[in-house]
Amino acid sequence: MKKSLYIAAKDLKSEFRTKQMLNSMLIFSLIVIVIFSISFGDVLSQTELVGKLAPGVLWVAFTFAGTLGLSRSFAGEIENGCLEGLKLSPIDRSSIYIGKTISNAILMFIVELFTIPIFIVLFNYNISGIPGLALVIFLGTFGFVSVGTLLSALSASTRAREIMLPVLLLPLIIPVIIPAVMATGTILTDGGICSIGSELRLLVVYDLIFFVVGQLVFEYTVMD
Amino acid sequence: MDSIISITGLSKSFGRRKALNNIDLDIKKGEFVAIFGPNGAGKTTLLKIMSTIINPSRGKVLVNGIDAKKHPEKIRGIIGAISHETYLYDELTARENLVFFARMYGIENNKIDERVDSILKSVNLLQRSDECAGSFSRGMKQRLSIARALLHQPEILLMDEPYTGLDQHAAANFERVLMSTGDSDVTSIMITHNIERAFELCGRMLIMDDGEIRFDKLKTEIESVEQFREQYLSIVGKDTDAEGISNV
Repeated sequence: MKKSLYIAAKDLKSEFRTKQMLNSMLIFSLIVIVIFSISFGDVLSQTELVGKLAPGVLWVAFTFAGTLGLSRSFAGEIENGCLEGLKLSPIDRSSIYIGKTISNAILMFIVELFTIPIFIVLFNYNISGIPGLALVIFLGTFGFVSVGTLLSALSASTRAREIMLPVLLLPLIIPVIIPAVMATGTILTDGGICSIGSELRLLVVYDLIFFVVGQLVFEYTVMD
Repeated sequence: MDSIISITGLSKSFGRRKALNNIDLDIKKGEFVAIFGPNGAGKTTLLKIMSTIINPSRGKVLVNGIDAKKHPEKIRGIIGAISHETYLYDELTARENLVFFARMYGIENNKIDERVDSILKSVNLLQRSDECAGSFSRGMKQRLSIARALLHQPEILLMDEPYTGLDQHAAANFERVLMSTGDSDVTSIMITHNIERAFELCGRMLIMDDGEIRFDKLKTEIESVEQFREQYLSIVGKDTDAEGISNV
């Protein structure tokens, strides 16, 4: 675990120095929110309609911004043969996966932290359901990143990695995106965490399964 | 002397292509071995199997008496690797790169700074330790790469075409740093196309072709560089001269 944290810290240090991935993710996410808020301008006063559409908009922003970031996650390791350098170290391969998952998740949380306030303002929401919303976003993001990190490693050494990653990732994250969107909608409408029990259970199960599977199969995805 | 690397009946296939074919090889502790051969001869595959990055299809590899299949992590802990790729993060400083790899190799936290300072000093990069590796010249990166490889004081040093991209001055500098920082007990295996330089450094010469070791002699058994070159050409064929060896 300690070595995973060192890998995550190294990734975050590199990223904060260049801000290459973070800036593009953030800009993409904000643009999606702003464009949708403009196009929904006429119906923003109709609370029920907005309640049905807006959670989807929020998760579209997160999903595509996240995919953008994940596509770069292992590209940096491929440059200069750094991934091979890591593979030569006497560490368990799953430490690399855990470290990468942590750093990718933190980057996504930062993007979400900036996106949500703008989303709340532009879509006229109140902030009463923030703790519930934070929990749903945490679980949804972690599930997304668990699968995404694995597939990012798998597609990193392919020639068409920018195309390969979304093609592989999007079908696999449907089981996490659907409950996340539904739970976000419920939270934003009535603010109650009690009414999203089944969605939360689904998210927790998905997260656990894919995080464990990711650790088990990561070795094979980075094998020469 | 005892064998530090012992390979028996080693074969590796990638799909239908056979990269290594029934290789037997013993390397003694402290030996400096050069491996020559044309592209696709299986040299890099052999080195990657020794470093446990890839698994063999058949055969047994013992490194320091440890079975590579059963305990790859133990083997990785006693191996240092230098390649034409630097294995360095451009966005991190020289020191940050070394501290990161020191942690990966399990060097104790209270000894990391001392070890990093000492190795940076020996590769003449202490003054520039707080500069990003991405801003370094190719020669400086290769020196930092040596520091990274020797950081954990490995017993075996594997080098895969370390001269690639280095000019003559940088190549000579690389050798000087390598010889001054490396322990004389370290067993070194180097893949290279540079026959003259290898002849100066190494005590044993191997030629590989088509996944097999076709030539294996001590330097003392070889009369001259010219004789070895003739031997090389007769083994791999004269048409592969340009890609197999260089005079630089």
